[in-house]
Amino acid sequence: MTTIRVEETPHLTAILRLADTALVLSHRLSEWCGHAPMLEEDLALANIALDLLGQARLLYQHAAELEGKGRTEDDYAYLRDAPQFRNYLIAELPRGDFAFTIVRQTLFSAYFHPFWRRAANSTDRTLAAVAAKAEKELAYHLRHAGAWLVRLGDGTEESHRRTREALDALWPYTGEFFEVDAVSRAMIEAGVLPDPEALRPNFEETVDRLLREAGLPRPPAVWMQSGGLRGVHTEHLGHMLAVMQHLQRAYPGARW
Amino acid sequence: MYTQALNERIDGPRVVEDPEKLAAFQARIDAEEKIEPNDWMPEAYRRTLVRQISQHAHSEVVGMLPEGNWLTRAPTLKRKAALLAKIQDEGGHGLYLYAAAETLGVSREELYEQLLSGKAKYSSIFNYPTLTWADIGCIGWLVDGAAIMNQIPLCRTSYGPYARAMIRICKEESFHQRQGYEIMLALCRGTPEQKAMAQDALNRWWWPALMMFGPPDSESVHTEQSMRWKIKRFTNDELRQKFVDATVPQAHYLGLTIPDPELRYDEATGHWRYGPIDWDEFKRVIAGFGPCNRERLAARRKAHEEGRWVREAAIAHAEKRRMRERAQRLAAE
Ligand SMILES: [Fe+2]
Ligand SMILES: [Fe+2]
Repeated sequence: MTTIRVEETPHLTAILRLADTALVLSHRLSEWCGHAPMLEEDLALANIALDLLGQARLLYQHAAELEGKGRTEDDYAYLRDAPQFRNYLIAELPRGDFAFTIVRQTLFSAYFHPFWRRAANSTDRTLAAVAAKAEKELAYHLRHAGAWLVRLGDGTEESHRRTREALDALWPYTGEFFEVDAVSRAMIEAGVLPDPEALRPNFEETVDRLLREAGLPRPPAVWMQSGGLRGVHTEHLGHMLAVMQHLQRAYPGARW
Repeated sequence: MYTQALNERIDGPRVVEDPEKLAAFQARIDAEEKIEPNDWMPEAYRRTLVRQISQHAHSEVVGMLPEGNWLTRAPTLKRKAALLAKIQDEGGHGLYLYAAAETLGVSREELYEQLLSGKAKYSSIFNYPTLTWADIGCIGWLVDGAAIMNQIPLCRTSYGPYARAMIRICKEESFHQRQGYEIMLALCRGTPEQKAMAQDALNRWWWPALMMFGPPDSESVHTEQSMRWKIKRFTNDELRQKFVDATVPQAHYLGLTIPDPELRYDEATGHWRYGPIDWDEFKRVIAGFGPCNRERLAARRKAHEEGRWVREAAIAHAEKRRMRERAQRLAAE
């Protein structure tokens, strides 16, 4: 099968943003499997990747229901090109070193933990059910990443330097969490999505507390990167999809 | 994981054991009692176990690599999740087994160094490449299938911690085996290209899977003593035959051909008789000259080297925190 054309409504777009973000980040985390600094982390990162993949699947299944064209979760994951992906840019950046992964997981979870907690009250019942599950998972992800952030920030000169570099590199990608366009405005008003502004105090409090414990400076306000939500990505997503979608694209219509 | 266990040499000098203790030990084994970490045991028993358990642990960990090669290319989200969960299980098996080996007085770090230095062996099967998605099916079906044949008897092995680890591991391995077979089934019921992919993978994995049971009994050096100590309960050839008998009908059900022109059913015994195994290939792969030996070890070493600063940071942080807490306690007094 060739590339699908999704007829996006604000509701469908909102769900795809969440699904794509979870899938893409899960994929990046899975790249660690077998290559982590210690066996315990091979397992922990795989666990987190599995949680995110599970969330992505539920959300794609929900998207398929909303679209009502008989599509499957795999159609969205494997048969769209990069410009149709709606994930936050932070999720697609290459895995980097362990500090980069830990900082990304910390920032991501510091936002998405309160996000899912609030989304558990969504007027979209399916989304609310996903949120109830995801909130518990994100609580663990945040504990795991936060504990490592503190170890790395406080540990050695090298770990401190690497963590600080990762923080500087990733910070400009946190602006997207709080971006509100016409799609998300409509969904916030319909009670489907929480308002990111309402999550900001919680995000900042978590980040400030962890950075303080880790002995890391809060990055200065910088120009924030943007584009993922409307399909304008970094150069990295195309490569990821070329690998991820290879079999589905090479053997159109085959069942696996 | 940062603790320093008491490190003893595996290849220590020959130990002359007290004959009375030896007899009492053998009597316990014969009575099917489990030997526990603090019990007296002959040095050779301990060394044999350390060798076997650590080889097994290394195999689980190195085995994550060939399957990990397809994690980012799994063809559906369901398969991606199942593969990730499987590889995670294998890493977990590695952890239990290192823990079981540690009960015998060798640290995980020491064992792991032996793997990285190339001194310790791991299962020869993981030195073969995974070239297509069907290889992931074949690994589950054949490699986990062979592992189960080997490991089910180990659930009753005489050393308690090893036997208990195996019970947990076997449950997961049989799930992996079914999952792998299911991948093969989907391919064999799919397009002609998919079926050809499945046959090609079977052609490449069949013989290496048979080699997983180790050298033939006539050449196996460890078997006899291990049987007496009930570390092993079946010989290599017995287990290999069980595997062939179980697997041939499964291949037929898939509509695949086993790549062995001499394979035939022996009515008299009810066994499938297989042709000669290329033991030169086996020896070559064990000696380090398989298709992927270099890559596998290089990948483990790279992960270990790149993770060094992380492990050092964790130790440094734990130490700093201990010092800070002590300073706080002193200040409070
Ligand atoms: Fe295993
Ligand atoms: Fe397995």
